[in-house]
Formats: sequence, structure tokens, C-alpha cells
Amino acid sequence: MAGYQVHPWHLVEPSPWPLVGGSAAFTLTVGLVMWFHYNSTVLLVLGLMLVVVTMVQWWRDVIREATFQGCHTSYVLAGLRRGMVLFIISEVFFFLAFFWAFFHSSLAPTVELGVTWPPVGIHPLNAFAVPLLNTAVLLSSGVTVTWAHHALMEGKRMEAIQALMFTVMLGLYFTALQAWEYYEAPFTIADGVYGSTFFVATGFHGLHVIIGSTFLIVCLGRQVVYHYTSSHHFGFEAAAWYWHFVDVVWLFLYVCIYWWGS
Amino acid sequence: MYATRWLFSTNHKDIGTLYFIFGAWAAMVGTAMSLLIRAELSQPGALLGDDHLYNVIVTAHAFVMIFFMVMPVMIGGFGNWLVPMMIGAPDMAFPRMNNMSFWMLPPSFSLLLASSAVEAGVGTGWTVYPPLSSNIAHAGASVDLAIFSLHLAGVSSILGAINFITTIHNMRASIEWNRVPLFVWSIWVTAYLLLLSLPVLAGAITMLLTDRNINTTFFDPSGGGDPILYEHLFWFFGHPEVYILILPGFGMISHIIIHYAGKLRSFGYLGMTWAMFTIGLLGFWVWAHHMFTVGMDVDTRSYFTAATMVIAVPTGIKVFSWLATLAGSKQLKWETPLLWALGFIFLFTVGGLTGIVLANSSLDIVLHDTYYVVAHFHYVLSMGAVFSILGGFTYWFPLFTGFTLQEAWTKIHFFVMFTGVNLTFFPQHFLGLAGMPRRYSDYPDAYTIWNVISSLGSIISLGSVIFFLFILWEGFSAQRKAVPASHTSHSAEWLMGCPPLFHTHEELPFISKKF
Repeated sequence: MAGYQVHPWHLVEPSPWPLVGGSAAFTLTVGLVMWFHYNSTVLLVLGLMLVVVTMVQWWRDVIREATFQGCHTSYVLAGLRRGMVLFIISEVFFFLAFFWAFFHSSLAPTVELGVTWPPVGIHPLNAFAVPLLNTAVLLSSGVTVTWAHHALMEGKRMEAIQALMFTVMLGLYFTALQAWEYYEAPFTIADGVYGSTFFVATGFHGLHVIIGSTFLIVCLGRQVVYHYTSSHHFGFEAAAWYWHFVDVVWLFLYVCIYWWGS
Repeated sequence: MYATRWLFSTNHKDIGTLYFIFGAWAAMVGTAMSLLIRAELSQPGALLGDDHLYNVIVTAHAFVMIFFMVMPVMIGGFGNWLVPMMIGAPDMAFPRMNNMSFWMLPPSFSLLLASSAVEAGVGTGWTVYPPLSSNIAHAGASVDLAIFSLHLAGVSSILGAINFITTIHNMRASIEWNRVPLFVWSIWVTAYLLLLSLPVLAGAITMLLTDRNINTTFFDPSGGGDPILYEHLFWFFGHPEVYILILPGFGMISHIIIHYAGKLRSFGYLGMTWAMFTIGLLGFWVWAHHMFTVGMDVDTRSYFTAATMVIAVPTGIKVFSWLATLAGSKQLKWETPLLWALGFIFLFTVGGLTGIVLANSSLDIVLHDTYYVVAHFHYVLSMGAVFSILGGFTYWFPLFTGFTLQEAWTKIHFFVMFTGVNLTFFPQHFLGLAGMPRRYSDYPDAYTIWNVISSLGSIISLGSVIFFLFILWEGFSAQRKAVPASHTSHSAEWLMGCPPLFHTHEELPFISKKF
């Protein structure tokens, strides 16, 4: 009999998206090489589009399987929770590499930098100006996303939407502020290892803010169209965890690079 | 229909099969490269006529064997096939993501091959150290393509790690942690090592990429950077990586030893699991024993020496436990998988002992980047990892295919391979002690005799590889049906037929407390 199983697990139907994802990754990486060395952005753009297509189609399928087909039993949810936590842990270690690079370079600055940190000639950003505002923005967004969660759990639909909207707006505000800071900064990525560590670490963080904001926007959309119930809303929880992780990374960046590093 | 099954798979057995096919093909490429290396070194003087090309081959040989042979076969092949069946789960926790882990690998391999097809290829060694790998010394796209190859392989393994950890934690059907089979434990530890070490590699190679292409100076002293930073980041990944390459092998050897000694369980289950866990954990704290010659403080070197030697304790516990499992057996079944396992125990131990020699920073100052190191890691890899792979493969082949391999021929294969690899790598200890450096395409006449013998050994190994291809072909074409009842095993994966159905454990097994 079809559609019948005596176990609580989700045996996913065959899906083309893994293969598309692999092809997308291939196209993207070759596209980057073409951009770096052969002065062409065609494959890069195509690769980015394929990556986006893969994500949209894949997670659209997950939403269909979970919200509409009921495949996400409590056992499956436990697995999803664990998987999301593990993914975030791997991202923590990714950022660890960049913090390692920052401390390796800044604790014993070389002769070429003038044996000082910040290096001679570098005017670091004022940690108590826009960066402090950014800290407040992200911390506030952590509050609003928690507010949204509680509203969701209490079945308060409009309040949840409102809190989620605030979170998204704060996330976008952070991105805009940071973009403006990047534009106005008196130093560039090419300014020695100071510029390298600053822009690569904060740059990857910014990328993760954009990813997290996108995730939250999707959650907002799903809440509007009644996907979530007060007891089952794992997609939102995963987005909230990811957002808190992004916030914590920022706090470390702020304290170590913006504050201590000036 | 065909495309749905093999391109869009969400079945752990089919995906495991895909990994085996991929890994077997990669093994041919890696073996060919190893033969080119030994051909160049079989006589003094030049064969290829180009030291850079020689180093491109040496680099590619390592990447292919590590990332496209050992890891896909052990974790993707054996892990995917066996873990769900051993814990009573119908599939992995994330069956669709499982497939993407596989399909990241052909692109990754293509990127590596592409790196050799442009400019002059990547002649840096698998460690890709700057400044040799920087854009001044390796202009063009080669190194960037190799970096992207590593990125994709890394994504593949990180996602796979998330999958295995979640599956093992979440989907055990009434199997308590203290009853989990040793192979499953080994995959669990391996997955955590992958999860935590690969992102650091990703960071390191991304920084190399930005140094090469968008004017960062992480590793360039003229901008205040430091090449040693790269070495720290690389080896923080690199050391756990070598445990990733051997731990699943430990798990397979345990299963093989238990079965062929006719025992119900391993000697000292708790010691075995504790040992794997400790090896994994300590593996994160010893990375700088790969960096003894860069000018580190003497106290730092002494810490890393001591920490490295400590890992010998849990490893020794495993070796002695295997021997104790064999002891007291009423009658050992002298079949091929047991031969591989016995060879493993002896030769891996030899490799581990030379590792202890190298752990001493004082000795390593002399032996670093010599053939002593090459001999050490080939003993633990070509004889550790590869023997466990071949043992596992000959042991579980009837399960995966429903057919049997010819026992007599698999035994001959073992003896030829044993001869080949030992003849290839034992003389390299002498070369290293006598000062022959690594990654050199030629050598002074005084090193000739051991190099000739080593290259002779590689030809014998080639013979055994070709013979194994024949054995595989024969097994598939003769189609002798495997009869599970004649292979009474106390391990769950054998309970569901040879080969098992597409879906197994559709009803979850229940295990009572009595064992």
C-alpha cells in the first residue's frame, strides 16, 4: 500500500537537486577562475544563478514535504535540530580560522607594519561610532527574533509577523550601515594584513548576515501564508538559531577587531 | 528510471555503491601517478625531464588518494552501506543531502584535473604552502582550481559528517550507546573530526585564494603577513585528517577480527571506543609536529612532542585488544579478510612506531622532508588504510553484491600486494635516514640501490592491482550466489540477505536488554 510506513523516519523521494547543486558548485568555481584569470563573468553569473535555483527548489521541496505532506515527525524534527546545530558548529570553526589569522597577525606585528597594531599609517574605524550602532542593531534584532518566537508559540499571529518584520528590518539596517562603512573606510583590503583580516573577517560575517536575513524573510513569508503552527515551526527556529550565531560572531568581531584591534 | 535511480538517488545503499565506483576509478588514477613517480626514481637521471612536472604528479597523487580514494571509499562507501544497517535504520537522516555529498566529488575531481591542464599545474605538494603557491611563484589558474577542488570536497565531507552524526545519534533502533558496533563508533568519531577540521582548511585555502587574487596579504611578509600562519591553519586540519583516513579502517578491522576469530565481540569494547574517542580528541592538539623545522620555540616543540607520543597509548590499547580478540579463538578462519587484518595489525604498528620516532622534535629536525616521513605515512596509509579497505571489501563483497570472490585468487592477491608494498616502502626508511629529501625528481648515485628496489616493489604492487581488477571481473561474471547461512555473523548488517533489499529495516528491529 503506497504512502504507508511503520517507522517515523523520512525516506525522501528521489530528487534532482543534489545533482543540480553539484553542477552549480562546479559552474560557480570555474566561473570564479574565469573571472580571476580570463576576464569573463558569464560562468560566474550562471553559477550563482544555478546555486540560487538549487536552494530555492530544494527548500521548496522540503517545505512541501514537511508542511503539506506531514513527513516531519517528532523524530525527524529531532534529527533536523541536531543537523542544524552541527552545521552552525562547523561555521563557528570556519570563523575560528579567520580569528586565528587576526590574532596571529596582530599579537606580534611585524617590522613591515612598524611593530605596532594597528600598523603605522592605518587609521582604524572608531569602534564607538557606527560599529557600536551595529552592535546595538544586532543585539536588538536578537531580542525581536525571540519576541517573534514567543508570539509564535502563543499563537499570536499578527504579533509574530510584526516582530519578525522588525528583525528583518534591523538585519537590513545592519547590512546598509556596514556597506556604508565599507565605502567610507579610509583603508582597503589591499592595505596589508590589517586590511586583509578586517575585510575578510567582517566580509564573511556580512555574507552570513545576508544569508540569515534571507532565511528570516522566507520565514516571514511563510508565517504570513499560515505555514507555521504554535507548536511546529522548525524552519523559524533554525533561522533564529542561525541569526543568534551571526550575532555572536559579530560580538567577537566587535570586541577583538574593532575595539581591541584599534 | 535509470536516471532516477542513479542520478537522483536518496538510497544509502545505491549512494554507497556510487562512492565505491568513484573511489575505484580514482584508485586507478592515483596508482598510475604513483607508478610515474617510481618510474622517475627507478634510475638516477631524468625520465620526465622536468622537476616541476614531477612535483605536479606527486601533488596530484596525494590529493587523488586522500580525497578521491580513501575518504570516498571508507566513509562514502562503507559508511553509507553499513551504518544504517548496523543501527537498524531504514536510511540516513538526510537521504537527499547524502546524494549531494556524492555529486560534489566528480566536479571536485574535475577541478583537480583541470588544475594540471592549465599553465604548468600545481607543483607545491598536497600542503600547498605559500609562498610557493602564491601568485608570484605559481602564476595562472592552476592553484586556484586546486583550491576550489578542495572547497567542493570539503563541502561534500562536512555535509556527510552532519549526516552521519545525526543518523547515529538519532536513528538507533533500540540500540544503546554501549551496544553500538565498533565500525559505527569509528564513523561517529571520524565525522566529528571532519566537522571541526575541514572548516579551518576552508578558511586557510580561502585566505590563500584571496592572497593570490584580490590583494590580501595574509601570508605575505611584505604586507605584515606570515607563511607560517598558513602552516598552522593547514595542519590544524591536516593532522585530524590523517586520523580521518584511518579511524574507519580501525572500525572495519575490529569487525573482521571479531568474525574470523569466531568471537561474539571484541576484547574490551569500552577500551576500544574510549581509544577511538581519545585518538580523535588528542588529534586536534598535536598539529605542530608537522612544523618542527619552522623555528618554533623549544618549549613549544617539547609540548608537541609529548602530546604526539601520548596518542600512542590509546592506539596501543586498540592493537593489544585486537590481539586479545584473536587469542583464545577455537579455530581462526584463515580467509582473505583475516589475512588483510593481520597484515594491517603488523604493518600499521610498524608505521606507528616510525611515527613515534618522528614525534621527537630533535630527530624530526633531521628527518623532516626526507623519505623517512614518506615511508612512515605510506606504512600507515598504503598498509593501514588500504589493507583495511581491501579487507573490508573482500569481507563485505557478498553482502553488497550477493556474489562471492574466488577465495584462492583473493589470497594470492593479498600476498602479491603485501610483497609489493613492503618492497616499495621499507627501503625508503634507509633513504630517509641517509638523507634523501622528498619531492625531488632525481638523486645522487649513492641512493640508487634502495630506489631501484623501491621501484621494483611498485611494479609488483601494480601487478596486484591489475590482478584485483581481474578478480572483481571474475566475481561479477561467474555470479556465484552468496549463501548467508554459511556466513554466520553476529553483526546486524548480515541479517537482511545478500544482497539486501533496496529498503531495509522498514520495520524497526527491537533488541531486548539481554545480549
